[in-house]
Amino acid sequence: MSIVRKSGNRFSKEIMLKNKSRMLRASTLSLALALLMAGATPVLAADSEVDFRAAYAAAETANKEAGLLRNQWTVTAAALAEARKAADKGDFDQAIASSKEAEALAKASIFQATSEKTLWKELEIH
Amino acid sequence: MRSAIHLASAALALAALAFGAVPSAVAADTPNPPADAKAFRDFFTQKFPKVKLEDFVNGPYSMNEDLHRQWEEKEQFPPYEFSVDMGKEMFSKPFKNGKSYADCFPNQGIGIRQNYPYFDEKEGKVITLELALNRCREVNGEPPFSFLKDEMAALTAYMAFTSRGKPFDIKIPDDPRALEAYQNGKRYFYTRRGQLNFSCATCHVQSPGERIRAEVLAPALGILNAMPIYRSEWSGMGTISRRFTTCNTQIRGVPLNPQDDEYRDLEYYLSYVSNGLPISGPGARP
Repeated sequence: MSIVRKSGNRFSKEIMLKNKSRMLRASTLSLALALLMAGATPVLAADSEVDFRAAYAAAETANKEAGLLRNQWTVTAAALAEARKAADKGDFDQAIASSKEAEALAKASIFQATSEKTLWKELEIH
Repeated sequence: MRSAIHLASAALALAALAFGAVPSAVAADTPNPPADAKAFRDFFTQKFPKVKLEDFVNGPYSMNEDLHRQWEEKEQFPPYEFSVDMGKEMFSKPFKNGKSYADCFPNQGIGIRQNYPYFDEKEGKVITLELALNRCREVNGEPPFSFLKDEMAALTAYMAFTSRGKPFDIKIPDDPRALEAYQNGKRYFYTRRGQLNFSCATCHVQSPGERIRAEVLAPALGILNAMPIYRSEWSGMGTISRRFTTCNTQIRGVPLNPQDDEYRDLEYYLSYVSNGLPISGPGARP
């Protein structure tokens, strides 16, 4: 009987130890999550801002090239303005999307200016 | 031996191609303004056989009878009249230094619109009437006007009015730079630009007489003879500079600065190919 009680005590002690360790692990995890949540937003925002700056710079470079070809589009300027406006509000997803749109438009205007260097002749009255 | 014959034949064919092709390519690329002007005029007169040649200067109003009647009625109380009066007054008023616009122009500035733009061989560039007017002001210590409307439109309206009926007489001097300016203007006219991928020719060569939204497109032949114009859309007067820059904006292109070389050359080209057609400015447009 005593053996049983003894072994029973040992058994419940083991369970308690296991539970304690589980609880410790869970609380560590919660703490880590909480810390992550607290710290994550600025980290993500910083990454988005860096991405926005890169996307905006690429768009601006392409638009400057279109300017050298004397063929900028109004819609490119509008998309760049939209990107700046969204970035000022902290909406970096929109700012990146608008920057990418501006870059695509600028590249299209460069393509147009380059191809029209010879294509214009096809419209000429002879 | 056989491969040597093949090689020799290929070389001969290439040589023949080179000798034959180069002169024709050069001939095709060499600007020929008189031939261009003839082709330009023939294109429009054949496209619109019922329109009298001198009527092309009335733009959309030349495109059908209803519009022509509207124009005749408009001309009884022309909306640009205030601008001609204002220009006349400005033209006769001396600058602070006692000189006036008349001192800057041949024949005191009267009846000379048909000779602008011209190619200035000293400067090596095209000089438009708008540019000459602002230069006249600056040389006499006056600030320049905006090239787009108001005072500039009034001055050019008055000067055009004194030239009414006189045929455009644009000259291309024997100077390669003049020919280059002409060719640059032609290239600008036919080059597609803006997000809409339109050239000046898209509207004014391929589609005159057709509607773009509510407007009837004017033919390119004689399109500058009526400038400056009163446009109902603008609720006011506009110069050639205004017309060029707004056309660029409408096709979603960023306009250049008024009187940039490209616009000056474009005006040179468009005026030259309308040589012989009468000045009808100032005009009125919907």
